[in-house]
Amino acid sequence: MLQSCIPQEIFTPEDFTEQQQLIGKTAEEFAVNEIDPNIPKMESKDFSVSRELIRKAADLGLCAVEVPEAYGGLEMDKISASIIAERIAKYAGFATTWGAHSGIGLLPIVYFGNEAQKRKYLPKLISGEVIGAYALSEASSGSDALNCRARAQLSPDGKHYLLNGEKMWITNAGFAGLFTVFAKVGGERFTAFLVERNSPGLSIGPEEHKMGIRGSSTCPLLLNDCKVPAENVLGEIGKGHIIAFNILNIGRFKLGAMCVGGAKEALRNSVQYAKERKAFGTVIAAFGLVREKLARMAASIYTSESMVYRTVGLMDAALFAVDRAGSQTSIEVRKAIEEYAIECSIVKVWASEMLDYVVDESVQIYGGYGFVEEYPAERVYRDARINRIFEGTNEINRLIIAGFLLKRAANGELPLSTAIKKFMDEVLGPLPLQENTSSFAGEIQYIANTKRIGLFVAGVASQKYMQAIQEEQEVMAAIADIVMEIYAMESATLRAQKMSSKLSGAAAANSLDMARLCLAHGMEKIENSARKILSAASEDDALRTNLAILRRLTKVEPFNLIAISRQIAARVLERGQYAPN
Amino acid sequence: MKILVCMKQVPQKDAPLKLNAGGTWIREDVSYEVNEPDAYALEEALRQKEKNGGEVIVITAGPGRAQQVLREALAKGADRAIHLEDDAFVGFDALNMARALAAVIKAEPFDLIFTGLQSDDYGYAQTGVILAELLGIPHATIVMQIESSGDGIRVKRELEAGYFQFVEMPLPAVLTIQSGINKLRYATLLGIKQAKNKPLRKITLAELQSAVPAGAAGNLQKIERLYVPQKTKNTEFIQGTPAEAARTIVEKLRNEVRVI
Repeated sequence: MLQSCIPQEIFTPEDFTEQQQLIGKTAEEFAVNEIDPNIPKMESKDFSVSRELIRKAADLGLCAVEVPEAYGGLEMDKISASIIAERIAKYAGFATTWGAHSGIGLLPIVYFGNEAQKRKYLPKLISGEVIGAYALSEASSGSDALNCRARAQLSPDGKHYLLNGEKMWITNAGFAGLFTVFAKVGGERFTAFLVERNSPGLSIGPEEHKMGIRGSSTCPLLLNDCKVPAENVLGEIGKGHIIAFNILNIGRFKLGAMCVGGAKEALRNSVQYAKERKAFGTVIAAFGLVREKLARMAASIYTSESMVYRTVGLMDAALFAVDRAGSQTSIEVRKAIEEYAIECSIVKVWASEMLDYVVDESVQIYGGYGFVEEYPAERVYRDARINRIFEGTNEINRLIIAGFLLKRAANGELPLSTAIKKFMDEVLGPLPLQENTSSFAGEIQYIANTKRIGLFVAGVASQKYMQAIQEEQEVMAAIADIVMEIYAMESATLRAQKMSSKLSGAAAANSLDMARLCLAHGMEKIENSARKILSAASEDDALRTNLAILRRLTKVEPFNLIAISRQIAARVLERGQYAPN
Repeated sequence: MKILVCMKQVPQKDAPLKLNAGGTWIREDVSYEVNEPDAYALEEALRQKEKNGGEVIVITAGPGRAQQVLREALAKGADRAIHLEDDAFVGFDALNMARALAAVIKAEPFDLIFTGLQSDDYGYAQTGVILAELLGIPHATIVMQIESSGDGIRVKRELEAGYFQFVEMPLPAVLTIQSGINKLRYATLLGIKQAKNKPLRKITLAELQSAVPAGAAGNLQKIERLYVPQKTKNTEFIQGTPAEAARTIVEKLRNEVRVI
């Protein structure tokens, strides 16, 4: 947001290495051959199938990607982890099971476990012998997890803790063998415990009847004087919040990748249906309004895909610099990932909302058939909804995005206030034109202007609210929306630029078309959010001046969106699925 | 047992194909994958190695992109790979390709040489057979099963109309492998990781100068024209009594449409 970025600086799916492509192929084949034929069984809660599939996935190494080699893991990059998550996500029910196991189930031990805990549990988890689960939420505490009621009391002989309370919405609970459970020691010190399934006093409640992801297990966990050995405290007593929040941060980018995978599948099904279904004597794929949907679905997928892989590319570059031989490796790895917490939240929110948009349009394309269970659109529509809720609601994530940004600016880590001041100084003079004569000059101008809008409204809002801005949730969320759109627009455009240097003709034009669709819609959203912030943070003459400035910044050369959409749709229909080129 | 598997990279089956400007082949900008029968040939070689020990080497000819086929084979368990790397190999006919492969094989003998039954793109089904001829060793085509038998092997061949043939043959030999004879394994992530460090030797077209001196110009077969079949509709009303009409339909189905 504070500077411009060049295409060579970002990682895109076109940059996948030979190894990453092969990993994608294995995951894709696993999804098609093993997961797909078993969907009906898992949907009807035959979890013996899910258990077996986790074991099969583990045989291929799909549960060991982020585990260090020292504990039998593969220690692969985050790009590979995202590619796998994307491919597995063809079916959300199993993706949830696998994601909870290999992510929030297993990673707390990787990042916070001591040597003995890692040796004891990691090999069994990565082989799929034991399934992992994460028990943080309770009936009356979700986003405010620190308000949990579960209690832990050390036994008089100091050998074990007794846990009491109830945990809710625990993915994999029906068959997990190991739970990371959060409870307050002595009613105050928030702490994580590794609790084995057969611990005395632990019982699993009945399966929830859910709107979607019915192919995954979700139950409450009942802790009734549950006896946990003292050595099973994970991390430090009273430092459970570090685990609780970091594990979610660490996994968030993969949720974005999964949404991309789910959306691609939804688009593939929609395209197939649109090419078969006839109305008024022709296939509905011939209609402009259907094509407009297909185009926007494809462009949204393209944009979130660009954001996901740009983000994991950044994370991998940072992780590459971490000293693997050092004793503090896992802490350094965690810190390198934390550096990109804002981007991970952006990816989570943008991609989950993209998926909901895509599955909604998919139902619309299917018409009445989209509303019945016999066709795939209905299940996918229900399955998508949870992504805006779990792993931090999108509201919480919006507050994280704006909050982290302003906090880093206040700490002096980001020169935000300097940039704001510079903008305010130059705003009344003529706007500096972007010095760019490339074929992307128009697009670059779009992005440069949106960055100015971002600085402008952040400046106006901070002046008005000062430190109290953290309390103005609506303003914070609107700032987050602008920041997200800037990241989306820039990621999509930089990727198109990068592709144009490698490809030619229709292949290069397709990515540019999709980027342009993203720019146009992004600018609309940014304008609305900016207007909302300015109207709240200024009034009378100041407001009128501010709105005039906004108008200058949103004045960009419009694209012919109808023509662009038709071209994108033609490409999607020709390929039968999403294709970036 | 030292087994060489000849593998080819071909356009993906569901990729929309576009003809090149000359209308003689398809354009390069499609997605590629392993030729399907070659994948079964590799699987069979890996199973033979697991049963009898030995070494599996994979070879391909084609542009830089074809290396992906070799990496995948290495990830699945092949020990090393040879890449005849040049864009020109794409245009080679079966004879020319067999000459190039034979030049490499003469320098390093193998007990068994597998090819897929045929390629999914050109579909000649000749490369393996010509290769055996050039090497002066026996071959068997459409092989479904391979067993050790004394000093040699006994193979099961698929014939027409559900018939099989069992052939005893000495080693070394060339076998062209039928699709679907075994269950393909996945490349595990560990295998993929290890494949990076397995030996992959590159051979240029220049190094094969004496075997294929004229390059693709030495082809004996040439594709004159490639085109997408024109869809046509033709409705014909059959006249006469029901019995006559039925007779005409049967005649047409048998002789014109040839479906019964």
